[in-house]
Amino acid sequence: MAVKTEKSADATAIRPFHVEIPEERIDDMRRRIETTRWPSKELVNDRSQGVQLEALQELARYWVTDYNLERVEHRLNALPQFTTEIDGVEIHFIHVRSEHEDALPLIMTHGWPGSVIELLETIGPLTDPTAHGGTPEDAFHLVLPSLPGYGFSGEPAELGWDAGRTARAWAELMHRLGYTRYVAQGGDVGALVTDTMGRQAAEGLVGIHLNLLTAVLAVGDQLPKESEQERAAAEAFATFRESGFGYFLEMATRPQTIGYATLDSPVALAAWLLDHDTDSYYKISRAFVDGEPVGNLTRDNIVDNITLYWLTGTGASAARSYWEDGRALAAALASGQAPPAVPVPVGFTTFPGEIWAAPRSWVEAVYPNLTYFNEVDSGGHFAAWEEPELFSEEVRAAFRSLRDEGRSS
Amino acid sequence: MSTTVETGIEIRPFHVDISDEALEALRRRIAATQWPEKETVADQSQGVQLATIQKLARYWATEYDWRTCEAKLNALPQFISEIDGLDIHFIHVRSRHEDALPLIVNHGWPGSIIEQLKIIDPLTDPTAHGASASDAFDVVIPSMPGYGFSGKPAGTGWGPERMGRAWAELMKRLGYTSYVAQGGDWGAFVVDQMGLQAPAGLLAIHTNMPATVPPDVDKALLAGDPPPSGLSAEEGRAYEQLVRTFKQVEYARFMASRPQTLYGIADSPVGLAAWLLDHNDADGQPAAAVTSALDRTTSARGELTRDEILDNITLYWLTNTGISASRLYWEYKGGFFNAKGVSIPVAVSVFPGEQYQAPRSWAEEAYPKLIHYNELDKGGHFAAWEEPELFVSEVRTGFQSLR
Repeated sequence: MAVKTEKSADATAIRPFHVEIPEERIDDMRRRIETTRWPSKELVNDRSQGVQLEALQELARYWVTDYNLERVEHRLNALPQFTTEIDGVEIHFIHVRSEHEDALPLIMTHGWPGSVIELLETIGPLTDPTAHGGTPEDAFHLVLPSLPGYGFSGEPAELGWDAGRTARAWAELMHRLGYTRYVAQGGDVGALVTDTMGRQAAEGLVGIHLNLLTAVLAVGDQLPKESEQERAAAEAFATFRESGFGYFLEMATRPQTIGYATLDSPVALAAWLLDHDTDSYYKISRAFVDGEPVGNLTRDNIVDNITLYWLTGTGASAARSYWEDGRALAAALASGQAPPAVPVPVGFTTFPGEIWAAPRSWVEAVYPNLTYFNEVDSGGHFAAWEEPELFSEEVRAAFRSLRDEGRSS
Repeated sequence: MSTTVETGIEIRPFHVDISDEALEALRRRIAATQWPEKETVADQSQGVQLATIQKLARYWATEYDWRTCEAKLNALPQFISEIDGLDIHFIHVRSRHEDALPLIVNHGWPGSIIEQLKIIDPLTDPTAHGASASDAFDVVIPSMPGYGFSGKPAGTGWGPERMGRAWAELMKRLGYTSYVAQGGDWGAFVVDQMGLQAPAGLLAIHTNMPATVPPDVDKALLAGDPPPSGLSAEEGRAYEQLVRTFKQVEYARFMASRPQTLYGIADSPVGLAAWLLDHNDADGQPAAAVTSALDRTTSARGELTRDEILDNITLYWLTNTGISASRLYWEYKGGFFNAKGVSIPVAVSVFPGEQYQAPRSWAEEAYPKLIHYNELDKGGHFAAWEEPELFVSEVRTGFQSLR
């Protein structure tokens, strides 16, 4: 029996959280996958018509035969998880404090079609660096929230949960956790949220690190296209807008319509989540069809993420975040006003498989306050997920200078 | 039983025969639907609303009767003939009137032959419907490749151009040496292509989604620019309507780039229904004509009803053609409403609920041999389905000069 307590006192409380999936939910999921009705095979030999039948059928087979359907639950419950209500929505987060006293607090935000699952393998290197080739000075206290409408966070029942509102919620979360001096990191939607936190100049935020240049969506036409690298990035963005943008536009305009399929059919959900960018698609497809995963993008890790979306029933609510961000972006463009600059130091890492591999000139144009830039030689859009060690080294390097400042001030 | 006509090419009679198991499985899946939460807006701006589709699903799983639709289809002469390597399903109703004009009518997406069932009687038997024997048509209604009971292409290339050639072959095979063609939505693309191909025997086309946009206007539209100067009031209105339309076609863009990713429309009846319902017309997305039909259980003069909406969706489900039909968008790389350069005679009907109201000035320029132009005061994107009487009278008058 639930007992209603005084709302104001209760709302800001931080409560431990434990994943518990009823067995019926697991059985129902298995039954649905097993009784999938498949379409005919695509007419091409590549991904140009979407997720290929062979890859998805192999994923479905793996899902119900080889995969441990309770794996997600076990992985998450091995970590300290919490929920707290912020701005009317229950926010789920993982919070791992380093044993090193001077660890730098870091809030790291996942993207779409991801979840906290993307970031799990970075927890060790970031919070316990000495066990992962680093020094105590590399340690972070790590906060990994689930975006509103994603995973075990609540689904907003009202309008307005765009990246700006999430960014304010994250500042409140860090405040609530007692962190007065912290940094933030993100890729994909997480990059948009983290960028926005920077522009909001939240009190206590001393630096950000990003691995996707989201501003290209708004100001891509204005960025330089002189060097070979700039032209390659511009071409990659043009290709994305031409043929890789469909999921984005559909979710930004009709999230509810696509939600019916992704809530009712596990295989529909899996296909929708797999059909992101070309680089990650082929890496994931290879993992299933050829049994050759790239980096940490293993079959289990991929299926963990899809299973989390299914069990939380968040296919529609996550898509809705694009509707919100799409509206916010359109309003910002229509206003004709440039957003405020990011006043804190910005670090950026370009991973080679990213949808558009941002050249330094582009990153500098967007962030005049760029203090760290590096191009690494492996990893793609899901950098933290695919290359957690390399990614963690980048996060350490990007924020290293901020630790010194912290100590001297 | 098959018949082989003189040409040696087989035209086989076809009969719809859906198993009880398939219908039971459909009902079971609908009943077991796992729903998303309600949209966060009070209108249709995030897609098909939860209350709308839950109400439809309830009726679909409990009261709707596919067998009625099946009987309606089986009361019509249906055939299958292999053309260009693919089985093409079609309805073929000959008029009893000697001089009937042969007419091939092409449906669109998210439609099927179900859209055209109400126009068959008045077109083939005009004297029973207030018109004269000289208004009679022999009617051929094919299912597009990948749609309904036609085969699903196993290779690429079945766009409107190839369909146009297949329809010419079909008419030839049926022994028609002189005929006309009609289409809306994708059917309009196909008849435009037929007009360009101008196969022997094709006298004229009638379109209810004319492609008339002049090149400079089309360029401005695609670039998202303001309209070129010098447009008349009517043309300016058309421009605004096209701007609105292009904001409501993300479903089309998605199918044009990633049709295979829509696994949910093969696996989930409700996923399919939502996807098919979410096509716009001038008055809304989903189309106002379809939304209002969902509340209509009986029809006095052919107005679209809930059962017809479900007949169409159920046909897609039972034939598992959600994705194969979507691939048509992927196949087509050409322009949308731009003038295509059709030089044979063309009849145009402009329905107020269509994506845009093609101005007469544009229609005259796009179709130099314009034999008919009329603006109607009701009916929309699914004209034959929504306003069968009006539609039939447009087809009659549109082609009158050719008899």
